[in-house]
Amino acid sequence: MRVALFATCLVDGLFPQVGRATVAVLERLGHEVAFPQQQTCCGQMHVNTGYAKQALPLVRNHVEAFAGYDAVVTPSGSCAAAIRHQHAELAAAVGEAELATAATETAARTYELSEFLVDVLGVTDVGAYFPHRVTYHPTCHSLRLLRVGDRPYQLLRAVRGLELIELPDAESCCGFGGTFALKNADVSSAMLSDKMRNVLATGAGICAAGDASCLMHIGGGLERLHAGARTLHLAEILAATEEPR
Amino acid sequence: MTFLGLPAGSGHLHGERGFPAAARDALDDVQLRRNLGRATATIRAKRAAVVGELPDWAELRAAGAAIKDDVLAHLDEYLVQLEEQVTARGGTVHWARDAGEANRIVTELVRATGAREVVKVKSMATQEIRLNDALAAAGIAAIETDLAELIVQLGHDEPSHILVPAIHRNRSEIREIFRREMPGVDPDLTDDPRALAEAARRHLRAKFLEAQVAISGANFAVAETGTLGVVESEGNGRMCLTLPRTLITVMGIEKLVPTWRDLEVYLQLLPRSSTGERMNPYTSTWAGAVEGQEFHLVLLDNGRTATLADPEGRAALRCIRCSACLNVCPVYERTGGHAYGSVYPGPIGAVLSPQMTGVKENPTLPFASSLCGACYDVCPVAIDIPTMLVHLRGRVTESKGRTPERAVMGAAAWTMRDSGRWTRALRAARLGRLLRRRRALPPPLSAWTATRELPEPPTETFRDWWARR
Repeated sequence: MRVALFATCLVDGLFPQVGRATVAVLERLGHEVAFPQQQTCCGQMHVNTGYAKQALPLVRNHVEAFAGYDAVVTPSGSCAAAIRHQHAELAAAVGEAELATAATETAARTYELSEFLVDVLGVTDVGAYFPHRVTYHPTCHSLRLLRVGDRPYQLLRAVRGLELIELPDAESCCGFGGTFALKNADVSSAMLSDKMRNVLATGAGICAAGDASCLMHIGGGLERLHAGARTLHLAEILAATEEPR
Repeated sequence: MTFLGLPAGSGHLHGERGFPAAARDALDDVQLRRNLGRATATIRAKRAAVVGELPDWAELRAAGAAIKDDVLAHLDEYLVQLEEQVTARGGTVHWARDAGEANRIVTELVRATGAREVVKVKSMATQEIRLNDALAAAGIAAIETDLAELIVQLGHDEPSHILVPAIHRNRSEIREIFRREMPGVDPDLTDDPRALAEAARRHLRAKFLEAQVAISGANFAVAETGTLGVVESEGNGRMCLTLPRTLITVMGIEKLVPTWRDLEVYLQLLPRSSTGERMNPYTSTWAGAVEGQEFHLVLLDNGRTATLADPEGRAALRCIRCSACLNVCPVYERTGGHAYGSVYPGPIGAVLSPQMTGVKENPTLPFASSLCGACYDVCPVAIDIPTMLVHLRGRVTESKGRTPERAVMGAAAWTMRDSGRWTRALRAARLGRLLRRRRALPPPLSAWTATRELPEPPTETFRDWWARR
């Protein structure tokens, strides 16, 4: 199986450790991972901010970049959802039938990390060791657009040493929402304050999630308050072992 | 797209300020946050329980969407059928292009009866057109008889929720409103919910018995029989619909269902989604007028035809006003309804209000959502609100033409559509490390850094790490 990593623009530029962790997990499970250099961004920010037309060249670039791979794995529920639910529709809306077909085909072999591990590889124990108390925030797009359900929890429960603590009101949005965090910064911050309160109530030192974007928001809030908790991407926890890295 | 020639909606459909500014004030209202947090959590749990007990909810939901889509596709035919049936049964049908026209029609009808006071059944359509204000200007007092609407009316307030208009008030606030505004109320009134309801009951009973004219909305109209229907919980609707000599119903043109049988679907979907009940306490239906009484039906467009004209947005007209989307919305839960500036708040309001008024009148509402998708999950007629919000955002940015934001988005897309440019841009961005300023950045990033740290840019991008590994 030829597996390609779609790092996402955010991970590529700001959170490379999440990309490295994703590669580490996949390689530990015996898969060779490719990183097609042509990849950039899925275009979701453009679409969701009301600039669908500007996103079209990004869709074309994405489809070209990942042609020929058996599986495209991405450490983002939100970007996977954009590829699955927006790309073909964008192309079709402007009459680009060929691109729409290619985008549909690309989407069909694109997986968010927990989907790929649990559904495609059939693995829940990835051999990780992480002796910490962790709570998990199921991000909205992985929950309601991808329907990943309990897959991330299955993976976390199989991590040796990890104590998983249930997050109260877990399915409530953290308030990130892409440019919503800027355009409606006050509402976004109010939502964040409730999310942080719930994270801190668990007593876990770490809030994990499957999207670096939501974690940038939650982590940015926790850091600002010196709240005594931090964020980690699911991939980073799954990549952790007893071996020093 | 502007859909020239179709009447735009007017009335209570947009606010003076945009959503972000109005929301800011609401967020600082501690009492509001508490009231809303408790009320929405309670109603969410009730809804989830009664929806969960129906094994065929998904099928009901699909049927609810399909019937409404058929209505919308053949609205012209069904409306004419409805008019024929209502007329044949002794009613009179009036057509209103917008709020002003509807208000004039209703005011004239009330004037013709000579009544100076009318009783009202809770109705979104009449709130939408601000009918009470129009009647007041003509010297006619409109008395709201739904308990929550009465609280809002006595408090000189605006409704903040489709189903629970006074959701922003708690019982001690309600007691104060009653003591201040309700004629003849016991000055020792407590804030016991029963005592409050009893006070309202005494106040309203006198109104019911005196009223010559009642004004209602309608939850449904059956095209094949000309039957109108109102579902309610308090019995005030039943009083208004039966006692007065003249009944005037104001109804949006999308409230139709083709056949009596179709009600089976909605009478299951609506109470479970709205109040979290298996069945609402009172369901009243009527067709035309009985002898000695008069019935007028005012069919209201007010931006609905314009909404229907947009293939990507028209599904918003499936809405049956259950407000399940409000109760699960993390934005609504924190801001309440007033911040939306429209009688239709929350997720459905964010897609409905801008379409009814035209996006230029309501440019901030499509952005009043984090696109979390909770609204779509609970919608009993499967309106894909998040996708519709994104579509409307596109209409807003197009209506604005060239803006700094468009230029930034264009530059970002230009950079990102080519991996060479993107790679160079990422390397340049690492220079951000030299700034060591992650707190007080200029706008628009200041909106982020007011409450959140920015992540520290890494020493090496992912693709640079990959290249040297």
